Amino acid sequence: MPATDGALTKEVRVACEEPRGGLAVAVWATLKRDLMLLLRRRSEVLNPLVFFAIVITLFPIGISPDPALLAAIAPGLLWVAALLAALLSLDSLFRADYDDGSLEQLLLTPQPLALLALAKVAVHWLLTGLPLALMAPVLGLMLALPAGSYLVLAASLALGSASLSLIGAIGAALTVGLSRGGVLLSLLVLPLYIPVLIFGAGAVQATIFGDGVLAHLAILGALLALALIFAPLAIAASLRISING
Amino acid sequence: MWAFINKLRSPKWFYAISARLLPWFWAAALILIVTGAIWGLLFAPADYQQGNSFRIIYVHVPAAFLAQSIFVSLAVTGLVFMVWKIKIADMAATVMAPLGAAMTFIALFSGAVWGVPTWGTWWMWDARLTSMLILLFLYLGVIALRGAFTSRDSASRAASVLAMVGVINIPIIKYSVDWWYTLHQPATFTVTGRAAMPMEMWLPLLIMVLGFYSFFIALTLMRTRSEILRREASKRWVRELAAEAK
Amino acid sequence: MAFDTFQDFLAMGGHAPYVWSAWGLTAVLLLGAVFHARFERRQVLRQLQRRARRDAHQAGRQPIQTSRGGSTNEA
Repeated sequence: MPATDGALTKEVRVACEEPRGGLAVAVWATLKRDLMLLLRRRSEVLNPLVFFAIVITLFPIGISPDPALLAAIAPGLLWVAALLAALLSLDSLFRADYDDGSLEQLLLTPQPLALLALAKVAVHWLLTGLPLALMAPVLGLMLALPAGSYLVLAASLALGSASLSLIGAIGAALTVGLSRGGVLLSLLVLPLYIPVLIFGAGAVQATIFGDGVLAHLAILGALLALALIFAPLAIAASLRISING
Repeated sequence: MWAFINKLRSPKWFYAISARLLPWFWAAALILIVTGAIWGLLFAPADYQQGNSFRIIYVHVPAAFLAQSIFVSLAVTGLVFMVWKIKIADMAATVMAPLGAAMTFIALFSGAVWGVPTWGTWWMWDARLTSMLILLFLYLGVIALRGAFTSRDSASRAASVLAMVGVINIPIIKYSVDWWYTLHQPATFTVTGRAAMPMEMWLPLLIMVLGFYSFFIALTLMRTRSEILRREASKRWVRELAAEAK
Repeated sequence: MAFDTFQDFLAMGGHAPYVWSAWGLTAVLLLGAVFHARFERRQVLRQLQRRARRDAHQAGRQPIQTSRGGSTNEA
C-alpha cells in the first residue's frame, strides 16, 4: 500500500521535526495506519465474528434446543464465545508488523512505545471487541436471552473486551517472535481473562435476576482502568524482548 | 542494601555463601516437617465434625501457602532480574517455577481428596480450589513460555514479565473468584475457614508451614547452585572448583 | 496420642484412603524433588569434571586432538 506508507513516512518526518507535537502525531498515524491496513484485509476482521456465530450455533445443537435451558446459560455462553473469538484474532495483532519489520521501526521511533502499542490495541478493540459486542444481542436472541438484558450484554462486552484486548496484547507481544506461538498465547492469556469473564457474565446475569447492574459495570470499568495503566508498559517491554531476542 | 545487591551480582559469592546456609535449611526442613507430621498425624485430636480426614490440612494448607508465595517470589526475582540484571535472580526463578507448580498440584489434589469425605464429591467449584486451579495454569504458562524461547536471555525476560503480570492479576483473580463463588453458592461449609481452632490443632500446622518454607528455601538454594555451575561452566572459578572436587 | 492401636492409626477412622493418598502424594513429590536436585547436582559436577579432564588432556598433549577423542580415552 504505497499511499499509506508514504503518508506514514511523512508523518514520522513531521514528528521528528516537531518534538512537541510529535507524540500525538505518531499515535494518530499508528492508529490510522493500522485501521486502514485491517480494513483492507476484511476477512481478518470478519473471521472472529463468524467464529462467534458458529460457536453459538454449536451449543443448542450440542445441548438442547429447549429455550428455558438455553436462557439460563445464555449469558455465560455468549461471554465465553465472545472471549474465544477475541482470543482467536490476537495472534495476528503484531504478527504482520513483526514479519515485515515495521514493528522494529515502531521500536526505533522517539515516541514512547507504550503509547504507540496502545494505539494498536485500540484498533484491535475497534475492529474485534466492538463488533462482537454489537453482534452479541442478535445471537442472544437466538439463545432466548430474557428481554431487557440485551443492552447490558452489549455494554458489558464492549467494556470487557477492551480489557481483554489489552491483556491479550501482552501475551501476543510475548509470543510474536515464536514460530508457533498460537497455542502458547491462549495458555498465557486465558487465566488472566477470568476476572473479566466473571464480572462480564455476572452483569448480564444480574440484569436477568433484577440485581444491580451498575456495580458490575463499574468493576469492569475499574478492571479496564487498571489494564490501561499497566498493560501498555507490559506490552512495550514484551515487544522489546521479542524483537531483540 | 546496595552493597548486598552488588554482592548478589557475583555468582561466586552466592555459591560460597549458599554452601554455608544450605545445611541449616535442610536440617530445619527435616526437623520441622518430621515433627509436624508426627504431631499432626498422631497426636492432634480428631476434628469433631470431620473426624480424621481433617489431618489432610497439614499438607493442604502449607502447600497452598507455598504455591502462592512461590509465584510472588517469581515476580520479585523477575523484577530484580529486569531492573538490576542480576543473573542469580533469574537462575532462582528458573528452579522455583517447577516447585511452585508441584506445590499447587499438591494443594489441588489434597483439596479434591479432602472433598470426598466432606462434600461427597471429588471436585467442587469451591472458591479456594478454583483459584488454585487458575494458579496452576499461570505456573504452566510461565514454564511453557520459558521453554519456548531458544535464546536464554529472551526466555528469562519474557518469563519475568509474565510473572509480574500474573502477580498483579492474582489478587484480582482471587477476589473475583471468591465473589463469584458466594454469588452462586451461598456459603455452605468452608473447610479451612474456621476461626477458632484449638492450639493442639494449629500448632502442628504452623510447624508444617515453617517446615515447607525451609524446604522451599533449601531446595531453591541447592538447585540454584547447580544452575550456577551449569551456566558459568566456562568461568575460571568454576573450572578450578571442578578440578579440585574429586 | 489420638489413636489407641496401630491399626486405628492406619484406618484413620475410616478416612484412610483420603488421608494417606494426600500425604502420600506430598511425600512422593517432596522426596522426588530432593532426589532430583541431588541427581542434577551430581550430573552437573560430573560434566564439569569431564570438561576439566578434557581441558587438561588437551593442554598436555598435541593440540590436534579432537575433544571427542580426549573424553573417550579418559573413560
